[in-house]
Amino acid sequence: MKKRLSLVAVAATLAGTLMTGNVLASILDDVKSRGHVQCGVTTGLPGFSQPDDKGNWTGIDVDTCRAVAAAVFGSADKVQFTPLTAKERFTALQSGEIDILSRNTTWTLTRDTSLGLNFTGTNYYDGQGFLVSKKLGVDNAEQLDGATVCIQAGTTTELNLADYFRTKDMKFNPLVFDTSEQTVSGFAAGRCDVLTSDRSQLAALRSKLEDPSSAIILPNIISKEPLGPVVRQGDDQWFNVVKWALFAQINAEELGVTQDNVVEMKSSENPEIQRLLGTTGDMGEKLGLPADFGFRIVQTVGNYGEMYDRNVGPDTPLGLDRGLNALWSNGGIMYAPPVR
Amino acid sequence: MSLPSELPPRQEIGVIGWVRKNLFSSWYNIVLTLVAAYLVVTSVGPLLNWVFLEATFTGETAADCSGEGACWLFIGQRLNFFIYGFYPDALQWRIDIMFGLLAVAFAPQFIERFPARKWFGIFGLTGLPLIGYILIPGGWFGLEEVPSSRWGGLMLTLILAYVGILAALPIGTVLALGRRSDMPIIRGLCVVFIEVWRAVPLITVLFMASVMLPLFLPDGVNFEKLMRALIGIILWQSAYMAEVVRGGLQAIPKGQYEAASALGLGYWRKTGLVILPQALTLVIPGIVNTFISLFKDTTLVLIIGLFDILGAVQSTITDPAWRNVTTEGYVFVAFCFWIFCFGMSRYSQNLERKLDTGHKS
Amino acid sequence: MNESNITPVRTRPKPWNDPRIRTIVFQTIALAAVFWFGWTLFQNTLSNMESRGISTGFGFLDQTSGFGIIMSLIPYDSTMTYGRTFWVGLLNTLLVSAMGIVAATILGFIVGVARLSSNWLIAKLALVYVETIRNIPLLLQIFFWYFAVLQNLPSPRQSIDVADMLFLSNRGLYFPTAAAEPGFGWVMAALVAGILATIFIHRWAKKRQLKTGQLFPAFRVGLGLIVALPVLVFVLTGAPLVWEMPSLTGFNFTGGASILPELAALWIALSLYTASFIAEIVRSGILAVSHGQTEAASALGLRSSLTLRLVVIPQAMRVIIPPLTSQYLNLVKNSSLATAIGYPDLVSVFMGTTLNQTGQAVEVVAITMAVYLTISLIISVLMNIYNRAVALQER
Repeated sequence: MKKRLSLVAVAATLAGTLMTGNVLASILDDVKSRGHVQCGVTTGLPGFSQPDDKGNWTGIDVDTCRAVAAAVFGSADKVQFTPLTAKERFTALQSGEIDILSRNTTWTLTRDTSLGLNFTGTNYYDGQGFLVSKKLGVDNAEQLDGATVCIQAGTTTELNLADYFRTKDMKFNPLVFDTSEQTVSGFAAGRCDVLTSDRSQLAALRSKLEDPSSAIILPNIISKEPLGPVVRQGDDQWFNVVKWALFAQINAEELGVTQDNVVEMKSSENPEIQRLLGTTGDMGEKLGLPADFGFRIVQTVGNYGEMYDRNVGPDTPLGLDRGLNALWSNGGIMYAPPVR
Repeated sequence: MSLPSELPPRQEIGVIGWVRKNLFSSWYNIVLTLVAAYLVVTSVGPLLNWVFLEATFTGETAADCSGEGACWLFIGQRLNFFIYGFYPDALQWRIDIMFGLLAVAFAPQFIERFPARKWFGIFGLTGLPLIGYILIPGGWFGLEEVPSSRWGGLMLTLILAYVGILAALPIGTVLALGRRSDMPIIRGLCVVFIEVWRAVPLITVLFMASVMLPLFLPDGVNFEKLMRALIGIILWQSAYMAEVVRGGLQAIPKGQYEAASALGLGYWRKTGLVILPQALTLVIPGIVNTFISLFKDTTLVLIIGLFDILGAVQSTITDPAWRNVTTEGYVFVAFCFWIFCFGMSRYSQNLERKLDTGHKS
Repeated sequence: MNESNITPVRTRPKPWNDPRIRTIVFQTIALAAVFWFGWTLFQNTLSNMESRGISTGFGFLDQTSGFGIIMSLIPYDSTMTYGRTFWVGLLNTLLVSAMGIVAATILGFIVGVARLSSNWLIAKLALVYVETIRNIPLLLQIFFWYFAVLQNLPSPRQSIDVADMLFLSNRGLYFPTAAAEPGFGWVMAALVAGILATIFIHRWAKKRQLKTGQLFPAFRVGLGLIVALPVLVFVLTGAPLVWEMPSLTGFNFTGGASILPELAALWIALSLYTASFIAEIVRSGILAVSHGQTEAASALGLRSSLTLRLVVIPQAMRVIIPPLTSQYLNLVKNSSLATAIGYPDLVSVFMGTTLNQTGQAVEVVAITMAVYLTISLIISVLMNIYNRAVALQER
């Protein structure tokens, strides 16, 4: 008994500063009183969420969280990032350790239901693909019979992979690593012929290779992977805040509002822009946010297109074309409901 | 008339004698020596070349690394990250103070006859953690708060090992006393606790702490990731600590127990005033040895996504700006651990030798 | 204490001072506290799992797993159940542990003896080995053998081959396997007969030595019987074995058998690391044998190798066995680091992928921990039996 008591006592004492807030209160109030948004990201994936050696995080998933911080506080810096492995991410969100999970997570039925989560939207439309070394002379996934495949543990890709090879009646050797860094190390060392993951990640991982041009991404897409921010169920207000932070960015791009012209746009005659930037209407109030939350987001983080180009676009090491992620008006499927 | 005494034959003394005796005493020793010498010579040369002669120490970017030898430049450039993790630059003085205090508290322990070195050690076990508790996370006395997600590198490794051992010591002592208790239920509970934790790998414990602990706690109570890892490490370590302390308790002669009882001391006073002080002094080497293994085992936290020193290096060797610095990174971490562990093991061996005299029954 | 007939007049202590009553009360409180603690955890877990929609129970073990595993000692594919993945992982853990224990023991004994060698160079090399390896974290050593060494191995198409039978590449070491044909049973029978005969001869030789003092070269005769007999039968039955050679097809070698790089890296690292601890145990065990024993042996005219084998080691074993047991246990536990480099052991497959796909963390972790607990108990029991056998030889 003694040991139990002392154990609890020690844990409680040590927990003093490290304990996080109570999950029962409204998340938005909680975030406001805490002074920052707690955001779960990857342990390092270029273009999506990657720390530099000063601990400054960059990437599209990071900016998605920053947009929420900008909406709530008017500052994109009032956000703290918790790096999570694929295995830990859902528990971290369920237990209230983080407010938003923005960790290139695929939206699936199971996750929406039995894990008790809510996906607020899609910030990147993706699909699973294959990265192979050019030396192999393979140009289609159907030639991969007997290949050794590197995969990251704790993902839907393991199941997609097994399904794909089984339906094509091909054999494969799966090599499972814990983190994406180890996966790419294994591929770079030549331990496996193929690396499989979401195609955006393949581009990110390829940029980590010594010679990125030595590997190619095969054209095959074997699954649908809509990636987006996730919140836990039971707090609709917070769900809406995170959802509309992203929608505001997409709408801003559609309306031509950019980081550079957002101040001039405030005096725009266009009623849609006025509502988005909060010069008319009470859109922010309905969300429990300041009236000009849209203005703050675009001013500090930029619109969706700017966020995309800055992190994963053609001019970055990842060099990803917009493709599916282009606006619906430009041949993509990125579409946000109107601010009205 | 006596013959003048001659020197011993030249083959028996001096360098030649030593070589004959220690290297070439028999035919198989000759073979062994030659093979070993060949291996040493062929491996040490290229190794020296790689480490020193052809290595790159100065420069700015990866392009400055000539390619032949090691690229130590990489370590130099990233050293800040390897030591402090993501701790803000402007606040790193706090960590430097902690490193300094750590040295002040424990360096005297290596020097015999250092005045009042016992008190330095006691400060290291009490005052130091207290100061660290205030200084490292900040958040009071106007110190800017630094969340634990920004801690990393060598500093995190030391925090994990230090807090782990410090908290495990009292828990382990209670468990060890419980295991030697006359009360069967208490003894049984302690044995089960100790044996279960000792039987499972640390990695499963860490995994349980990081993923399952939130399930065990009531709704609304939650710990940060670092705290969860620490709880796992402490529970696991206290089982090992219990066995170390039990060894000390068993080494106390029965007469001490009997003498204490004869003085009319009750269980708690007997234990607290007579037995434990002797037993704990006896097991200091054992505690240092446990600390060494815990120190090495803290590298496992990288599997649950904390950036300890190995995690920090592991995450930077995949940086596309630096090509192929895998070996350099690993050698650097190995060297850091080696310095700490070797130093501590020497310390514990010395202490063991000193404590041994007069105590062996 | 409670023999009241010794002290006829005895005042009963107050109930709160009576040690017996206090003991009972104290233990009851302790037990109640532990139960309360356990019950609270259990309730918390149940309510948390319910509110998060996590299902409970072991039914998942019968569901189809749907993922592949790179290495399995029993037939496995992705259409089999989660229960099967448990056995695949467990067997892989046991395989690397057994390989590690054998290699670490051999290496550890060699290095331990070398530490005490009269040859200065050998003793110093052994010292450097021990002090370097055991002061560096095992995980780092595994990473080193896996990532730093693997990167320097050639790809399968440029693999290093030995006599077109062994192929070493970054896919592992491929070697031929033998398939038995009818008639091979006779060879196996000859092997069994050889082993039985050897045991018999060994006993007889020992008895004779005790009686007459004459030595019989039982070791050499036994070796001859175990090796020569099966070989003879093998030739007589017309070599009933078919060799299956590994050959390069497509991306990789097919046919034959292989040691995966993950297995090799884990095995090398575990063996080297544990051997450095075993070496120190062996050294202190040998040092614990009093010098008089060695001197007496050489006075009897035993050669130094015989002294070591017949006099020193048997006595040292009694000191060595207990710490050796805990090193073996450590090795088994450390094999769980496999998950860091993707070797499909129990932790990596079952507590990794299976747990992730099913989400049933509590059940999976409980099973995994129970397995390690069982392995620990079994090794402890086996080593205790052996320890008793060694101790019994005292006369």
